[in-house]
Amino acid sequence: MRSTPHDAPRGARPAEAGTPPVPPPAADRHPGTWVVVPLYREAGVVGDVVRELRTRFAHVVCVDDGSPDDSAAVAEAAGATVVRHGVNLGQGAALQTGIAYALRDELTTSVVTFDADGQHRVEDADAMVRRLGREELDVLFGSRFLDRRTQLDPLRRVVLRLATLYTNRSTGVRLTDAHNGLRVFSRRGAAHLRLRHDRMAHASEIVEQVGRGGLRWAEHPVEIRYTDYSRSKGQSLLNSVNILVETLLG
Amino acid sequence: MLLIQLLLITAVLAVGVLLVRSTAGARHQAVRRLLLGGLVVLAVASILAPGAVTAVAQALGVGRGTDLLLYGLVVAFLGVLVSSYRHRRSMEERLTQLTRRLALDEAEPPSLARARHEHAPAPRDRPRA
Repeated sequence: MRSTPHDAPRGARPAEAGTPPVPPPAADRHPGTWVVVPLYREAGVVGDVVRELRTRFAHVVCVDDGSPDDSAAVAEAAGATVVRHGVNLGQGAALQTGIAYALRDELTTSVVTFDADGQHRVEDADAMVRRLGREELDVLFGSRFLDRRTQLDPLRRVVLRLATLYTNRSTGVRLTDAHNGLRVFSRRGAAHLRLRHDRMAHASEIVEQVGRGGLRWAEHPVEIRYTDYSRSKGQSLLNSVNILVETLLG
Repeated sequence: MLLIQLLLITAVLAVGVLLVRSTAGARHQAVRRLLLGGLVVLAVASILAPGAVTAVAQALGVGRGTDLLLYGLVVAFLGVLVSSYRHRRSMEERLTQLTRRLALDEAEPPSLARARHEHAPAPRDRPRA
């Protein structure tokens, strides 16, 4: 596919004051991995999220889903490559765009999906990429229910359990946490995805396509950090109704 | 012919023509046109002979012709809802593909981004609040 030529790499900046004297060499920061961060109206936190990601991952791509605020500029300043949707499409569409971007890179061997609101831990993503390579998996799903690190309020726990039960029923893939934004795909696994649900129903869709594609998958214990911020931004419980309708009506 | 009959027939025919002229996938379109044609004929017939609708309604076990019309209308309305939902989905899908294509073509190519990232220093690993 064609792409517009760039005379100079954008966003290249001189080393900041305060950078560590010995940065981890690129070779240690998963040179074959792209971290895909769907981004919509997270200008307040995405800078920190990207900077933290870049301590362990050299290649971070934020897909700005038509944010009206300066999320894209903040992410770019923090060192991410930014791909911009001209109009807001939804998180599923942003994920698919980011995955397509990563797959345009022929050196890509794995793709991580990571939420922009700071709820995931970079250490978890790092460990998951290593495990994916070690165990030759196609997909590694993050799960907050495999250990007791994640603090959940009871209502949220019930809704997530029900959503997982529904996804397990409808896809035949037995997961403990079907709606976790932290996942790692091998190149083969990522190439299998064709997300058609633009908004939130993509989580079940991913599980379904992994099940149908006969991919090798596993789950990995991760911690979700429920800050006041992520709680206020997170999916409201009513939104699960929308997800269900979108899933059923196709 | 009553004036109201003339007005209604004109309106039904006009709506029928307008709907039939809108474009979409060939097979669906043909089915839609057949259904619409039948509907137009029925509408005109019921306007010309209101008693006939009542006769049909009673044959079906429904009290009055207007009730039968109402039921038909509800079913037709639901059909329209579903078909417009489908139509909207297909429009959205095309919008998504177009937007994605534009986004990817305008983005810095991954090979350039890769080179830049690997030369940029990694930020300090600082603990977050």
